[in-house]
Amino acid sequence: MEQKIRVLVAKPGLDGHDRGAKVIARALRDAGMEVIYTGLRQTPEQIVSAALQEDVDVVAMSILSGAHNHLFPRVMELMHEQKLDDVLVIGGGVIPDEDIAGLKAAGIAEIFTPGTTTATTIEFIRNNLKR
Amino acid sequence: MPDSPSDQSDRLDTRQLARLISQIERQDIARLGLLSVLHQRTGRAHIIGITGPPGSGKSTLTDKIIGQLRGRGRRVAVLAIDPSSPFTGGAILGDRIRMMRHATDEGVFIRSLASRGHLGGLSRAVAETIRAVDAAGFDDIIVETVGVGQSEVDIVRCADTVVLVAVPGLGDDIQAIKAGVMEIGDVFCVNKADRDGAERVVRETKAMLEAAVLNGAATRFSDLYRAAGQAETATAPATDRAAVSGTHHVAKLLDDPHHAHLRIPAVLLTVAEQGEGVAALVDEIKSHYGLLLATGLLEQHRCDNTAWELRNTVSDRLLAFLDADIVEAALARLAGGVVRRERDFYQALDELFGTVLAVSKSAHFNS
Amino acid sequence: MNDTAEITKANEAYQAGVQKSGAKFPERKKQFTTGSNAPIKGLYTPLDTENLKYMDKLGFPGEYPYTRGVQNTMFRSRLWTMRQYAGFSTAEESNKRYKFLLEQGTTGLSVAFDLPTQIGYDSDHALSQGEVGKVGVAIDSLADMEILFGGIPLDKVSTSMTINAPAAVLLAMYIAVAEKQGVTPDKLNGTIQNDILKEYVARGTYIFPPEPSMRLITDIFAYCSQDVPNWNTISISGYHIREAGSTASQEVAFTIADGIAYVDAAIQAGLSVDDFAPRLSFFFNSHNDLFEEVAKFRAARRVWASIMKNRFKAANPKSWMLRFHTQTGGSTLTAQQPENNIVRVAIQTLAAVLGGTQSLHTNSKDEALALPTEASVRIALRTQQIVAYESGAAETIDPLAGSYYVESLTDRIEKEALEYIARIDTMGGAVKAIERGYVQQEIQDASYAYQMDIEAGDRVVVGMNKFQIKEAPPTGLLKVDPVVGAQQTQKLRDLRAQRDNPAVTAALAVLKQAAIGHDNLMPCILDAVRKYATLGEICDVLRGVFGEYQQKVIL
Repeated sequence: MEQKIRVLVAKPGLDGHDRGAKVIARALRDAGMEVIYTGLRQTPEQIVSAALQEDVDVVAMSILSGAHNHLFPRVMELMHEQKLDDVLVIGGGVIPDEDIAGLKAAGIAEIFTPGTTTATTIEFIRNNLKR
Repeated sequence: MPDSPSDQSDRLDTRQLARLISQIERQDIARLGLLSVLHQRTGRAHIIGITGPPGSGKSTLTDKIIGQLRGRGRRVAVLAIDPSSPFTGGAILGDRIRMMRHATDEGVFIRSLASRGHLGGLSRAVAETIRAVDAAGFDDIIVETVGVGQSEVDIVRCADTVVLVAVPGLGDDIQAIKAGVMEIGDVFCVNKADRDGAERVVRETKAMLEAAVLNGAATRFSDLYRAAGQAETATAPATDRAAVSGTHHVAKLLDDPHHAHLRIPAVLLTVAEQGEGVAALVDEIKSHYGLLLATGLLEQHRCDNTAWELRNTVSDRLLAFLDADIVEAALARLAGGVVRRERDFYQALDELFGTVLAVSKSAHFNS
Repeated sequence: MNDTAEITKANEAYQAGVQKSGAKFPERKKQFTTGSNAPIKGLYTPLDTENLKYMDKLGFPGEYPYTRGVQNTMFRSRLWTMRQYAGFSTAEESNKRYKFLLEQGTTGLSVAFDLPTQIGYDSDHALSQGEVGKVGVAIDSLADMEILFGGIPLDKVSTSMTINAPAAVLLAMYIAVAEKQGVTPDKLNGTIQNDILKEYVARGTYIFPPEPSMRLITDIFAYCSQDVPNWNTISISGYHIREAGSTASQEVAFTIADGIAYVDAAIQAGLSVDDFAPRLSFFFNSHNDLFEEVAKFRAARRVWASIMKNRFKAANPKSWMLRFHTQTGGSTLTAQQPENNIVRVAIQTLAAVLGGTQSLHTNSKDEALALPTEASVRIALRTQQIVAYESGAAETIDPLAGSYYVESLTDRIEKEALEYIARIDTMGGAVKAIERGYVQQEIQDASYAYQMDIEAGDRVVVGMNKFQIKEAPPTGLLKVDPVVGAQQTQKLRDLRAQRDNPAVTAALAVLKQAAIGHDNLMPCILDAVRKYATLGEICDVLRGVFGEYQQKVIL
């Protein structure tokens, strides 16, 4: 039987703009994936703990507040601590180009900036699963 | 079956448990070895089913129940089941949102399950998942689901204590307590009790429970009260006398253990958002479990459930034989023979059954 | 033959001709739609506005139902307030930006607070990490507020503050700063957003559950009607509802439904409608579909006027007027070819002006990438000035009135909004509809449909899904210095060491008792603020009494 891709969609930090996160959650569901939606104001600890318990294949986070350089690497650190290195982690939001290299070095597989289609994200997930 | 907080040693860690559940969801054959080994460690947890219509606040209620149980020193696991999209097979599992404050509590494990796409059906995957969580040393396992559809009714049937949640203001106020679902309820709760119409829902729920009792319907709670009436040692259940009350005579009648089956469960009021009534609800859930233990009904339920699960699994296996190539080929050949009058129907039937048995002897199973 | 009959006949002939030439020159699309997905006909004629009763539906500027504008002279007397939303980093940095903006000719300040401030956490709170000073200025106590408005005379400017859940605290700080400047509260002009309902559905900076939040709001209404009479006590916001993906009609409908809920709450709290309704203000979005947006503003005025007059029986005409601020649509900006955003903002500015806005913020071209730089903020402001001084759009009142198309769009939006409002009424009002997730669901459905249209190419966004080019990554973006968090933490430590701590504790204890009871909270909050209690300390007291809101997510 085909294995369902499980994705955790999370909004780290205090940013309340969840239009993008909700659109992507729906698009992933419509692409046949199981989406665990955690809502607003999640700490990196909560996100990683949920990823662990839910045994997800993908963690997708969105930040529009500019706190990405603090929050994304912290999530990666905790993922590594929990030995969740085979989980694909992606990020999106208002993220300046110059920050992307640093975030990728921290282990975020891809950063999707405004204007990215949901189809692009879905394809990326399908092609880059780590397990 | 002891119901004390479990010892801390020698159990699956979160990561192992999470991955085992994924194996169960895909019905991966690799899970069987581990589940077999773990079997000795299961049977300790109190399994609590929570069901009610969408919008009844089940997730918030579950969140508050977790808080209560944690306060009583118990490790809690939650299996939150959400429907999948019938079109794409995908799902958005959002129940967890209301429980995120427990996300970093080591004594809480929350897993979201989608309702579709389980080989052998959702209820079997849930039954296996309950055993996995049980083996991991959780004292209470809450299974939360929308009470619609037969497979979901089957799921809550697995629970030792089933909490039915109703709520005022959903139009059809008593939709959670529909016939067929009511029979499996053990604890009845009207959530969002601060809303207009809560009293009416309580009244209607009681009326339905009374009607069921007076009509002699087979309900789980009547069985329990009957057993409790027979058992001298039983602790008094928190029952409601509204049923046939009104006269002193009837109240006295109900005090008589021989008429215990005429009692109905209390209908509790909660305002989950504020946490109101949740402690009393948890007390009721726990006293129900105590009564199950005291009467010996717990073991009987679990035997029934296990028999049901065994029977269904065997039935699925047998059905699977019919898909085997050899059987398919025999079917075509034998059917032709019957039509051409080369053999009669019953000869063909015996021959086919022989083929199926032969297949069964060489079969390997992943469930 | 009368006029209508003649037009009807000619129209039929015209439509037949269109049908015929359609074979040779087919239309570009199967279905033409507005920016909000409403169908558009090829031609509008007097037949479309046949039932439009001028005096009932349009009237005159400054008169009921205010379709044509809330003042009788509109921009011929005074242009709209050009108010650029700004704030980032520390109070010192933002103070510099405000002075720059005032020098450049803005006529009102608009304060952006960072997320910890908006959610009532001090800068040293664990959840504030990484967020301090990012999307706005960090304010922890009166000490920061004194720096923020240093050298800016508060009796001379009008200040808008985008603050909701802890609006009472920030307003109290503003009043306290003014006191120190020797300015009495009755001399203060400005607005607090103070609109919690849209936070639950669209913007996310809520703290408390709806009931105590509504109480804080009505406490502010009551306090200001006595002590700060020129303050706009709320800015009922459709802006964020639209940003979350709603249609134009939904923007009007849900905003006005929220407005109804606030009026109901205030009346319930014992206020009389004409005491507070004149200080209610609104905040809308302006998107790219010029005509639909203009129609939206006109329809919103008409709907509100009728509700206030007929439903709430307000007697003071000022209670009927829907006065509003506009911001151009943030979600219409593209990260690709950001210069194109200047053009989008120009169209949106024109829509807001033709729609009769009272004040306007224009977005900067780089806001899909980062906070705007000074240079891009200047272009945004210049865009308003060009529309004001060069386009001619401000020279006559409501110039699109009478357009067959714009009047029928106005009617349609009014009708759709009224239908939504009626549905929300049957659910028991906006608070109930939000608790149930209805409003959120409607917005999300529209938002998802819009995204799918873009991905299918049915809706063109220039530079994003058509006419793309290979671009080098943008340079010269504004970066907030990451040490701001550490600086604010140090400031807090110093503050807590220097202030009169027993006085703070006493003031917070009084606040707690008031919160448990029913007294107006504003005087207690003002007192705590004066003693330099921090925003986080005050909000923690209220959290303890009121509890915290749990997000209602429907997907």
